[in-house]
Amino acid sequence: MAQFGRREFIILSSTAAGSVLLKACAPSTTTGGTASPEASPAATTAAASGDVIKVGILHSLSGTMAISEKSVVDAEQLAIEEINEAGGVLGKKIEAIVEDGASDWPTFNEKAKKLIDQDKVATIFGCWTSASRKAVLPTFESKNHMLWYPVQYEGQECSKNIFYTGAAPNQQIEPSVDWLLKKYKGQPFFLVGSDYVFPRTANTIIKAQLAAKGGKVVGEDYIPLGGTEVTPIISKIKAAMPNGGIIYNSLNGDSNVAFFKQLQGAGMGPDKYPSMSVSIAEEEVRAIGVEYLKGHYAAWNYFQTVENPVNEKFVAAFKKKYGEDRVVNDPMEAAYIMVYLWKQAVEKAKTADDLEKVRVAALGQKIDAPEGPGVTMENNHHISKYVRIGEVRDDGLFEIVYATDKPVKPIPWNQFVKETKGYSCDWSDPAKGGKYKMT
Amino acid sequence: MTQLLESVFGGLSIGSVLLLAALGLAIVFGLMGVINMAHGEFMMIGAYTTFVVQNALKKTPLSELYIFLALIAAFIVAALLGLVLERTVVRYLYGRPLETLLATWGVSLILQQFIRSVSWQFVAGVGTFCLLFFGGSWVLARRPNFEQIRGWAIAVLGLLSALIALVFSNILGQTFKLAVTKPWFGTQGVDVTAPKWLRGGLPIGDYQLPYTRLFIIVLTAACVFGIYWFLNKTPWGLRIRAVTQNRSMSACLGIPTKTVDALTFALGSGLAGVAGVAVSLLGSVSSNTGQAYIVDAFMVVVVGGVGKLIGSIVAAGAIGLVSYVIGSNALGPFVSFSPFLKSFFEFFATASMAKVMVFALIIVFLQFRPAGLFPQKGRTVDA
Repeated sequence: MAQFGRREFIILSSTAAGSVLLKACAPSTTTGGTASPEASPAATTAAASGDVIKVGILHSLSGTMAISEKSVVDAEQLAIEEINEAGGVLGKKIEAIVEDGASDWPTFNEKAKKLIDQDKVATIFGCWTSASRKAVLPTFESKNHMLWYPVQYEGQECSKNIFYTGAAPNQQIEPSVDWLLKKYKGQPFFLVGSDYVFPRTANTIIKAQLAAKGGKVVGEDYIPLGGTEVTPIISKIKAAMPNGGIIYNSLNGDSNVAFFKQLQGAGMGPDKYPSMSVSIAEEEVRAIGVEYLKGHYAAWNYFQTVENPVNEKFVAAFKKKYGEDRVVNDPMEAAYIMVYLWKQAVEKAKTADDLEKVRVAALGQKIDAPEGPGVTMENNHHISKYVRIGEVRDDGLFEIVYATDKPVKPIPWNQFVKETKGYSCDWSDPAKGGKYKMT
Repeated sequence: MTQLLESVFGGLSIGSVLLLAALGLAIVFGLMGVINMAHGEFMMIGAYTTFVVQNALKKTPLSELYIFLALIAAFIVAALLGLVLERTVVRYLYGRPLETLLATWGVSLILQQFIRSVSWQFVAGVGTFCLLFFGGSWVLARRPNFEQIRGWAIAVLGLLSALIALVFSNILGQTFKLAVTKPWFGTQGVDVTAPKWLRGGLPIGDYQLPYTRLFIIVLTAACVFGIYWFLNKTPWGLRIRAVTQNRSMSACLGIPTKTVDALTFALGSGLAGVAGVAVSLLGSVSSNTGQAYIVDAFMVVVVGGVGKLIGSIVAAGAIGLVSYVIGSNALGPFVSFSPFLKSFFEFFATASMAKVMVFALIIVFLQFRPAGLFPQKGRTVDA
C-alpha cells in the first residue's frame, strides 16, 4: 500500500532513481511551434493497439481539491469497471491511467501532456476547478486532443477539445434565480462567494439577470478561499436585509462550514434568510452538519434522491463498490455518464484512435442517465441536463422541490452579460465554430 | 447604540478566537524561544478529538454536555502529543530556531496526512513495524558487539520490519476489505455539531449574540486566567519563569530544566487542543483546519511582543476589533461627510480586502515598534 511506502525508503529510493533515469531517457516532448488547432491534423493515438484501450483520469488526489475530486475518480472508475464487465468497448477492455493533478494548475498541465505524449491515451476524463481546466486547455487545443469535464462551471467558454458534462449557467444558476424570484417575490438578494473566478463570474451573471428581471441586489461579498472568519459578513447581511431576504451562496470548501454555523448562531434561519447554494451537494452536507443546513436550498442537475430505475442501479452499484455509507452527488453523476457517452461515441466511430471521428460521433449521443432519460451531447459540446432544486432534509439528502420534466439545452455563452450576448457555439459546422454571432 | 454594541461584540468575538489560537503559541514561543509550526495541527487534533467525543457520547445522557468532556480530552490528547514531539524532535534543536521551524513544519505536514489516511490497516502496519523494529533493536542492543554492527543491524532490521509490516497490513486489507482499509476520518471534513443549548443566541434588540461566540469568550477568559494563575501561583509556574529568565542559573539552583521545557511545551500544545475545540464550534473540522488559524495566531504573538501574555491579549483584541470594524464597514456611517473617506472604507469593506488592510496596518505598526506592543527581555533576547 502506498501509505507505507514512505518508510521503506530503501526500496522506494531505488525505484525512484530508476524511474528518474527512465524519464531522463524518454524523448522530451515539445509543444512550442504548433499551428492553430484548425490547421493541425486531428491527433491520432495508439491507445487502442493491442487488446486494451488506454484512457487517462486526471484529478487532484492530494491538496485542497482532493476532498471533492477523489469521489469523482471513484465514479469514473465505477463506470469503467461496469463497461469492462459488460464486454468493453469495440471488444477491448478499457485501461485507466490515473494521474494526480495535486490541486496545482501547472501540475495538471504537465500530467495532461504526459498522458497524451507518453501514455498515448485515447481520451482524458478530468479536472474540477475552472483554474485547472483553463490550465490544461492550451495543451488540449495545441495537440487537438480530447478532455471530458464533469463539473458545473461558470460558462463563457466553448472549446472544440472539451466536452462539458456539468451544467452551464443556464442549467443551474439562471433557473435557480428565476425560481427564487417567483417563490420569494420582492425579497432582496445578497451574494456571498469565495474569492476566485467561478463565484465572481457567477455573480456577474446573477446581477445582470436580476437587473433584467426586476430583482434587487443589496450586497455582495467575497471570502478568501478557505477563509473561516465570517462575522463581518454576517453583520453586513443583517444590516443590508434587516427584515430577511435571500442569500445566494457560491462559497466553496471550508468557508461554507463556518458560514452556515455562524448564520444559525446569529439567529438567521432559513425561514427569514433562505439560502441557495451552488457548491453544496450530498458530500458537503455531511461535512457541514445537517443541523446547520436543514431547510436551505441547493441547485443541481442531479440529487441522490432522484427517483428512476437508472439512478437506483447507479446508487446501488456505487454503494456496493465503495461502502454503504458513501453518497453520490452531481459531479459524480456527470463523471459517470461521460464515460458512457465517450464509449458510445467510440462505438459509433468504430475507432478510439481517430479523435476527430470520435469527436464528431460524440455529437448527438443520447443516454438514459441517473438524472433522467434523454440526456444529449449537443453540437456546442455541452450536454442537455435536467434542472433541479433541492431542500436539505433530516437525513442529509435533498428533498427535490423543483425539477424540469425534460432536459434543458445548454447555452455556454451567457445571454445576460453584455460581452457575450448574441453569441453561440456550434462544432458540427466548421463555418460557425466556438464563438459566432447568432442572427 | 446597537451598532456600537455590535462592533464591540464582533471585535471581541474575533479577538477571542485569535487569542485562544495564539495562547499556546505565545507560551511556547515566548517562554522557550521555540517556533512551533505544528501548532495549527495541534488545534486540528483538538477539533478531531471533539468529533470523536461527540460521536462516542451521541446516544448517552451526556450528549448535550459532550463539549466539556471534549475540552478535557482535547487538552490531554494535544498535551501528550506535544510531550512526544518535545521528547523526540524539539529538545534536540533548542537554541536553533531555524531548524526547529523546519522540523515542526515537517511534523505539521505529517500530522495533516496522518489524519487523512489513518485507517485500521494503517495503524496495524505502523504498529507491526514499530514492534518489530524497536523490539528487535532492543534485543540486539544487548549484544556486546552491538556498536560494531549498529549500522548494518538497523538497515537490515528496518528493511525486514518494513517488509513484514507491509505484507501483514496488505493481508489484513485483502481479508477484511473496506472494514479495515476505510480511513477513519478521510479527506472530506467531518461534522461537529454544537450541543443544542449552544446553537441559538442571546437576543438584544433586533441583534442576536450567538451563544457559541459567548462560550468562546468565556472559555478564552478562563484559559487566560488559568495560565496566569499557573505561572504566578504554582511552584512549577515559578520554575518556568525562572528558567525563562536565566536557564543556567536555574539549573545551578537545582531546577530540572529539561522537565520544565517538556512541561511548558505540553502546556502550550494542550492549549492548542482547547482552541481546536472552540474553532470546531465555529468552522470546519478537516485536515487543513489548523492552517486557517496559524498565520493569524503568529500575527497576534508578533504584534503583542514575544513572551508577554498581556501583549497577546491586547494584540488579539486590537486585531479582532480592527478586522471587524473594517470588514463590516462599521465606520462608513461616521465618515459620510466626506465622499472620499466613505468610498475608501467601502473599498476595504470586504472580507478579502479587510485582511489586506489589517496586514498593511500591522506592517506599519511593526516599523515603529519592531518588538511588538510589550517587548520583554528573556532567553530569546539573550541568545
